[in-house]
Amino acid sequence: MARPPVKFFQVGSFAAGNRLLDEEERSVQADHGRSNALTKGHRACQGCGEALGARYVLDAAMRATENRVIAVNATGCLEVFSTPYPESSWQLPWVHSLFGNAPAVASGVAAALKAKGRADVRVIGQGGDGGTLDIGFACLSGMFERGDDVLYVCYDNEAYMNTGVQRSGATPPAARTATTKPVGAEPGNAFGQGKNAPLIAMAHEIPYVATATVAELHDLEAKVERAMELHGPRYLHVLVPCPLGWGSESRDTIRIARLAKETGLFPVFEAEHGEVVSVSKIRRRVAVEEYLRLQRRFAHLFGDPPRTDVIERLQALADRNVRRFGLLEEAEAA
Amino acid sequence: MNKPFAITLDVGSSLANKTGSWRTERPLYRDLLPPCNEACPAGENIQAWLYEAEAGGEGYERAWRKLMEDNPFPAIMGRVCYHPCETACNRTQLDTAVGINSVERFLGDEAIQRGWTVTADAAASGKRVLVVGAGPSGLSAAYHLARLGHDVTVRDAEEHAGGMMRYGIPRYRLPREVLDVEIARIVGLGVTLELGVRVDDVLGAMRDEGFDAVFLAVGAHIGKRAYVPAGEAARILDAVTVLHSMEGEEQPLLGRRVAVYGGGNTAMDVARTARRLGATDAVVVYRRTRDRMPAHDFEVEEAEEEGVLMKWLSTVKRAEPGVLTIERMELDETGFPQPTGEFEELEADALVLALGQESDLALLDGVPGIEVEDGVVRVGPNLMTGHPGVFAGGDMVPAERTVTVAVGHGKKAARHIDAWLRDGASEAAPKHGLAGFGELNTWYYTDAPRALQQTLELARRSSTFEEVVQGLDETTALYEARRCLSCGNCFDCDNCFGVCPDNSVLKLEGRDREAAGRGYAFDYDFCKGCGICAEECPCGAIEMVPEMV
Repeated sequence: MARPPVKFFQVGSFAAGNRLLDEEERSVQADHGRSNALTKGHRACQGCGEALGARYVLDAAMRATENRVIAVNATGCLEVFSTPYPESSWQLPWVHSLFGNAPAVASGVAAALKAKGRADVRVIGQGGDGGTLDIGFACLSGMFERGDDVLYVCYDNEAYMNTGVQRSGATPPAARTATTKPVGAEPGNAFGQGKNAPLIAMAHEIPYVATATVAELHDLEAKVERAMELHGPRYLHVLVPCPLGWGSESRDTIRIARLAKETGLFPVFEAEHGEVVSVSKIRRRVAVEEYLRLQRRFAHLFGDPPRTDVIERLQALADRNVRRFGLLEEAEAA
Repeated sequence: MNKPFAITLDVGSSLANKTGSWRTERPLYRDLLPPCNEACPAGENIQAWLYEAEAGGEGYERAWRKLMEDNPFPAIMGRVCYHPCETACNRTQLDTAVGINSVERFLGDEAIQRGWTVTADAAASGKRVLVVGAGPSGLSAAYHLARLGHDVTVRDAEEHAGGMMRYGIPRYRLPREVLDVEIARIVGLGVTLELGVRVDDVLGAMRDEGFDAVFLAVGAHIGKRAYVPAGEAARILDAVTVLHSMEGEEQPLLGRRVAVYGGGNTAMDVARTARRLGATDAVVVYRRTRDRMPAHDFEVEEAEEEGVLMKWLSTVKRAEPGVLTIERMELDETGFPQPTGEFEELEADALVLALGQESDLALLDGVPGIEVEDGVVRVGPNLMTGHPGVFAGGDMVPAERTVTVAVGHGKKAARHIDAWLRDGASEAAPKHGLAGFGELNTWYYTDAPRALQQTLELARRSSTFEEVVQGLDETTALYEARRCLSCGNCFDCDNCFGVCPDNSVLKLEGRDREAAGRGYAFDYDFCKGCGICAEECPCGAIEMVPEMV
């Protein structure tokens, strides 16, 4: 883990804070005076993981930069629910241009700041998985390649939720979306397609790449903090469950994000200059079924008869991640 | 252009959009009854005092004061209580129970070391209460009555106060200095303690001395006898007398080989005492098997560690000087022991009977309205006997006979006596729903095994009366207190505040916090009712309830 666990407490390592912890051991989110970069009154659905993830990331970035940060947003849920004219939920300088050009606009903002000699102001580009992995992918790759001083954050909810749950390059195999119907011999999204954005980002050998979920707040904040210590292109990929698109209970958003990591389906790690430097170990390993069952987008796997073959293929993906990233503590792996 | 940094257009705020109207369920903070509190016979609010102790430093005194609201004997409890709280503890389902008892002892010892005391702050009621018996029940009642403003006199026939805590529990489990300090603290509240005075006529005392109410807590100090055919010179004693005489000038002569007949905690106490007095063989003879033994597991384990031997499925048929005749038993299908007709001999210089105790109820002769059943006094739910103004508790009423139950009776009786003296009835506050394990989100709790209390080296403890179980040092006690899961009661972890996607949990500070009585509040103008806060609350202190539409 990026951060040593606080050993002695009831909930020192995992909950947002604790009255008994020193201030610096609590999360930014436990701070009475946190900046609430994304304030209330926004129109995200009940239990929105993206709203939560964006506030976590930006509040941490604002603390790390003493509020000197500009956000550039791609089109998507996050943009739509936060800024229906004339309202805005943003409590920081925020720019929106197009669906596919957020990384390029962020590069431009960074260039402008450089020209003005404002080295103290930092830039964050952000968008959903559609705007990042599909539509904005060329701009993102260019931003990485040029070495622009931008932290790009992808809030990954694994489909185009804003426009009605269409498949994206981040949609997992077998998931039902509006464009991958649960019919036929291979229901839902196809196996073997899609792309792994964090690994592609690593292939650019940029200074920092990390993944995180909204379930591990301390870990996520530590990664934002680390990213803000570095300069050059950086990439943070945050898994943000979507109750609407995934067909889950609004109360289960964090639970599902936690299970994504604990099954091994979503490996949580960080990499510097193309090499993995730390991995969040699985704490209580569970079978993928426990994760899948909470989501109606996988309901067709649990019909009569259940598609155990498909579930097994998903389990194999999780097992591969466990091996590939070394997600188990050594004693367990042995 | 006078705009904030990097802002070019005027924007409205989303705060104009009150998303609370979307809600169909609303979150509510709640307090549930933790299983430890539910299990405590003395009615302690364990979770609440652990909460204070978790802070360390000055928190220990706050914790001790919280504990003292219910139980005047933290240092004693921390040694002799059988801690049903730990059996009930939800943490057993994660790793092992929180060492509540050892933290309680740490707090009790801290109080003694630092000289913490309590005061009786209630206005004097002008009422006088007589407490008969200075055991755990009587002293507990006296303590609570004094704190409620009553004038209390405690009378006991023994030379020293403490009842079974002194004359029944051996020193190696409860050092007398500890007992003395905790009793002195009660006397310090203005309670009159009259020792060596036997009360024979309850009603006479009430009438002649002007007591408005009486609490009877005479205990059960008579050892039950069983008929054991015995030769003339056979040495047969009873356990209560043996343990009692340990407090006198002369220690009882038990001999080299001692047999103890019975399977309760008293049998263990006597066998362990015999070992300390120099017996090479101390054998407990019990007619059933270990799993049916009423003695607590840890007592049996400690006894066995000290070299006490156990003879299961055995009854004593006959006692002769130096030798006992033992009959082997068999359990029938109902689990009841049946004789087999097979006999053997057991060498023993003395046989100690530990077959239970009875109460001496002579002082109730002639008191109208009193009902005695199975050797104990019948009382109502308010612990009042059939005679108005005469209450009873502890071992002399039908209940489990432990120090903790007795202390609980004392507290309960005090509450009801107080109500009775003030011409009212005491209504217990309604109980919260139970905080079961299922209410918790255990993901958040860091794994942490229990700190074990050090036990004295075996060689030392079987030959001396030094205390067997050692206390926890400060660091360990703090660690142990912080293992508490705080089941069903907010402990300020900030998680709800952190996980709300709509920033609709408010963290309260200062005066707002005091007014609300807790650290957080919901902003129902914006809360969409997603339920994440309730789902992610580690301790189950938030519930979702349907909105009235």
